[in-house]
This record gives sequence, structure tokens and C-alpha cells, in this order.
Amino acid sequence: MGTESDVKAQGAGLWGWITERFPIDEMLREHVTEYWTPKNFNFWYIFGVISGFVLVLQLATGMFLTMSYKPSAAEAFGSVEYIMRDVEWGWLIRYLHSTGASAFFIVVYLHMFRALLYGSYRAPRELVWIFGMVIYLALMAEAFMGYLLPWGNMSYWGAQVIVSLFGTFPIIGNALVEWIRGDYYISDITLNRFFALHVAVIPIVLVFLALAHILALHKVGSLNPDGVEIWDETNERGIPKDGIAFHPYFTVKDLFYISCFMLLFCGIVFFAPTLNGLFLEPPNFEPANAMNTPPHISPVWYFTPFYAMLRAVPSFAGTQVWGVLVMFAAIALLFFLPWIDRSPVKSIRYKGPITKVALGVFVVTFVVLGVCGMKPAVGIYPLLAKIFTVLYFVFFLLMPWYSRIDSVKPVPKRVTYHAH
Amino acid sequence: MSEVVDQGRRRLLIAATSLTGAVGVGFAATPFLASWKPSARAKALGAPIEIDIGKLEPGAMLKIEWRGKPVWVVRRTAEMLKQLDNAKPFLLDPASDGSVQPDYAKNDARARKPEFFVVLGVCTHLGCSPLPKFEAADVTVSSDWPGGFYCPCHGSKFDLSGRVFKGVPAPSNLAVPPYTFLTDSRILVGSDSAQSA
Repeated sequence: MGTESDVKAQGAGLWGWITERFPIDEMLREHVTEYWTPKNFNFWYIFGVISGFVLVLQLATGMFLTMSYKPSAAEAFGSVEYIMRDVEWGWLIRYLHSTGASAFFIVVYLHMFRALLYGSYRAPRELVWIFGMVIYLALMAEAFMGYLLPWGNMSYWGAQVIVSLFGTFPIIGNALVEWIRGDYYISDITLNRFFALHVAVIPIVLVFLALAHILALHKVGSLNPDGVEIWDETNERGIPKDGIAFHPYFTVKDLFYISCFMLLFCGIVFFAPTLNGLFLEPPNFEPANAMNTPPHISPVWYFTPFYAMLRAVPSFAGTQVWGVLVMFAAIALLFFLPWIDRSPVKSIRYKGPITKVALGVFVVTFVVLGVCGMKPAVGIYPLLAKIFTVLYFVFFLLMPWYSRIDSVKPVPKRVTYHAH
Repeated sequence: MSEVVDQGRRRLLIAATSLTGAVGVGFAATPFLASWKPSARAKALGAPIEIDIGKLEPGAMLKIEWRGKPVWVVRRTAEMLKQLDNAKPFLLDPASDGSVQPDYAKNDARARKPEFFVVLGVCTHLGCSPLPKFEAADVTVSSDWPGGFYCPCHGSKFDLSGRVFKGVPAPSNLAVPPYTFLTDSRILVGSDSAQSA
């Protein structure tokens, strides 16, 4: 609504001309310069920003990879070799992208663990958590489809195993799998389709979900390591007493930590891009071969906890669907976290010993399941996988009970903060 | 003209418009969803294929590709056929009741002719390709191994008729594809009869 006085208020010149037509100034105020952020954020609060940074890194490197990659069964493997050997700096762009995939999951898992520690998902932040969980699902789909694109033998057989999961559903299973593959096996058609999903469909969805995640967060405000609502105590200007502007205070802090992250990240990219088979698996350095299964199939590390649960459940009544259901349930349970945590306090700082032990056991459980999922299903591993699958579910299913009966410490009215 | 809003009429119109719109969306989505089904070319490439088994030695296995999957033809010796009975007490589904095969292969040999065993070399657990371990007591499997197939992915075991052993992840026997003998030395995989090929 451009009255003359408005134009004056917004200033003259190009900036005034723009802001009269596009609310960039209001957006910056609301989300950056006057987004009141709790002053007691600690180390655990850097991983959200780093996730956003890695998303941009993946989009940028991915766009450049599409310029040299060929999504066909005949050419895909060769075109990746071409990127690695013949394209100037192609090796760097590709290793940034492949290392970025693992880095994305590392920072997202740490970001999710932060939410577990400090109750970031508790009311009124349920939708922030749910948008985050949908991002996690989209990220898993994105990573899975991206892994097929190099058309290495592990790409091929990994996709074979995961797509087969949908075939375990009664009646519709076979038709569903044929529909996903577009063929009777993982073929050129499947590769072409996964490429489209990986570079166009899911990235767009991811970007919109990330925006929704941030908008939902900014609507309700960030929580903090004390689990205290800073908006309960405001000053005479209506600003939280414990809130400081996101910019410049946290932008500067985040830039520093992004630099630290990049130092570690580039170290891996330059000196150990396969991370000893953990980030890029050895069988993927030979082309896909439908007639030759690698001796041991395991997904990339970030899927292995769920893969271990899948394998831990034996077939029953002539179908393998139970393991698939258990695996999906393990992810679905996370969505309900805001409602199954019944503790009167949000932050681990004021929770009792039962919750602390449970969370510790859960961390060990997730790591052990991750290791079991990487190892062949022989020796001690199948038994470990079974035990820890049960523990994983116990952590969530008993949470409504133990979070309510556990002792709590009194929560301060304002955040605890000691100036440095 | 009355100023009063007729809420009932408004609700009906909103419901009718939404419903019609939803049906429209359903129709419009159909071509896009259907475009993911196997194309005409994929179907043509998945047509039945002929295999020449005339040169297959007794005890040997032939591996060919059909629809991107390994199809195995094993020419079993009399000794190998005898092992089928020894394995029986340890099998999950010895009569193949819960497994995929044409009716003519629903027998102990799981074959039209016991000598020639035709099977899809795809583990019924999660689609890996098992390895042939025909030697009894093969130490790479176990000392009491009666001979059969062993899946390296998750340790599923099958006997020489592709029947799954108890206590392994695979829920059913290896699937037998439809096939027919065109002559004594030629078989057609992917079709129950020479006519429908």
C-alpha cells in the first residue's frame, strides 16, 4: 500500500523502491535481525544451521554433476568414471557430493539427538518436529535413489534389496514392485526414473520442507538447553529478556562452526573420501551386474540401524513382511515423540535418572544396531540385533510411563547463563 | 433479494464442487501413475526365451538371464536326486505348499523332468543370488551340509530342489518359472506351453 508517507518511512533509493514492492525488509527483520534467539544456546544448537548449509552444498554440487552424468544403464558407470578422471575438478565436485551425503546424515542425527536431549519436540513445537521427521524421510529416499546412480554393483544390489521390501506386502506386493521399477528387474528404466526423482522431485520437496520447518520454528520460537520458554519473561519493549538477535550474534557463531565443520569435511574429501568403505563401499567400484551378487550386501552406514532391525525379525507364516513392518514402525514411532514424552519438564538437565539412563541406553542401541547392520548376519550379530531391536522399541513404548514417574528437578524461571 | 446466507445450500455446493474436483484429480493422475508401469518395450524384452540344454553335463549348472534375473538349469545326477530325501526332515516347506512354482513343478524334484531342474536364482528373502554348493559336507557352508544352494547375503540355505531349510531368513522355496520342453534338448523359459509363446 504505497502512500507517500510509507515510501518516506522505508527510505529512498533502490532499497526503498524494492521494499515498497517486495517485503524483503520485513522478512529480514522477522527471521534474522529481530528473530529473538535464546542466549544460552550451546554446542548442540549448531547442527540445524549446518544441515541447511549441507543442503545447499548438495544442491550446488548435484547441479554440476548432472551436467556430466548420463542416467542410462549403458553409460552411467562410465560417466561417473569420466567425471572422476576427465572432467576438470570433477573428482572434487563428486567427492564433495558423496561425502556430503554422509555428512548430511551425521549432522541430521546429531540435530535429532539435540531434540531428544532438550525436548525440542514438546508442545507447542510438535509441527517443527513433524516437518523435521518428514525431511528425514525425504532425505532417506533421496540418499537411496542417489546411491543407485553410479550404477556400481552395490548400487544395483542395494536397490534390489530395498525395492524388494515392497514386494513382501501381501497381494499388491508384486504389482507394487513392478510399478516402482517400471520393469521386471532393476533396469535402465529404473535408473532413469530414480535420476529424475533424485535431481528434481525430491530436492524440490526437501527445499519446501526445510522452509516449512524454519517457518514453524520461527512461529513458536526456539527452545534452549534449559527447556525454558524465553517469551514468558519479556522486557518493556516486549522482547524476551533472555533473547538476543539471531543476526549478528548467532550468524557469527554459526559461521565459525561452519568453518570448523568444513575443516573436518574437507579433510575427509581430500584424504579419505571413501572413509575406508564406510562412505563409498568397495563393491561399488565395479559396474552393476545382475548375475553376480556381491558376497556381502549392506547399505551405507546411515541406513544400517534400520537394516539390522529388518534382518533381526525372522519370517513367519510364510512371509518376510514382519521385518519390513518392524523397520517402518521403528521410524514411524519417532513421529509420536511429542506425545509419548509425558515428563513435566522438557530438558534433560531437569529430568530424573530413569530418563537419563534410558537415553544413554538408546544411544548405545542405535550405535550397536548400526554396527550389526553393517556386518554379515553370522556369529554374535544376529543375536545382538534381536536384543537391541527390542531395546529400541522399549525406549519409545515405555516412554509414556517412565517419563511420567521419573523424578524431576525444579526448572528455573529464566535460562541459566554465565557470561564468558 | 435476501441478505441471509443459505448455509445448507453453500455446504452442498462446496461438497459437490470438491467431490467433482477430487474425481477430476483422480482421472488426471491416472496417466501419470500408469506411466510408471512396465512400458511396451520392457514387456517385449521380458518375453519368453529358448535355452539349449543339449550340451549340459550331468552335475553341471547353466546360468542364463531372463528379465534381468538369473535362471538356472541344473542337470542333476542320480546321487543328487537321492540327496533330496535326506534333506527333507530339515526343510521348511518340503511339499512346496507356500512357494511359487507351476503345478507341474510342485513335486519333490520341483521339475517337469527330475533330471533337469529349472529355477530362478533369486533368494526369496531379499533378492540376492544364492551360490551353488552342490558338494555334500562343503565346509564353506557346514559339515552336515547335504548339498544345495547357499545365499551369501543373509545366510539362507536351499536344497538341490531349491527348497528352503528351516531357521534361515528366506520364507519360501526358490521360485520355479513357467517353462516347457520344446524338444529333449531345448526348453522355453517364461511360458507353460509352446503355443502361448
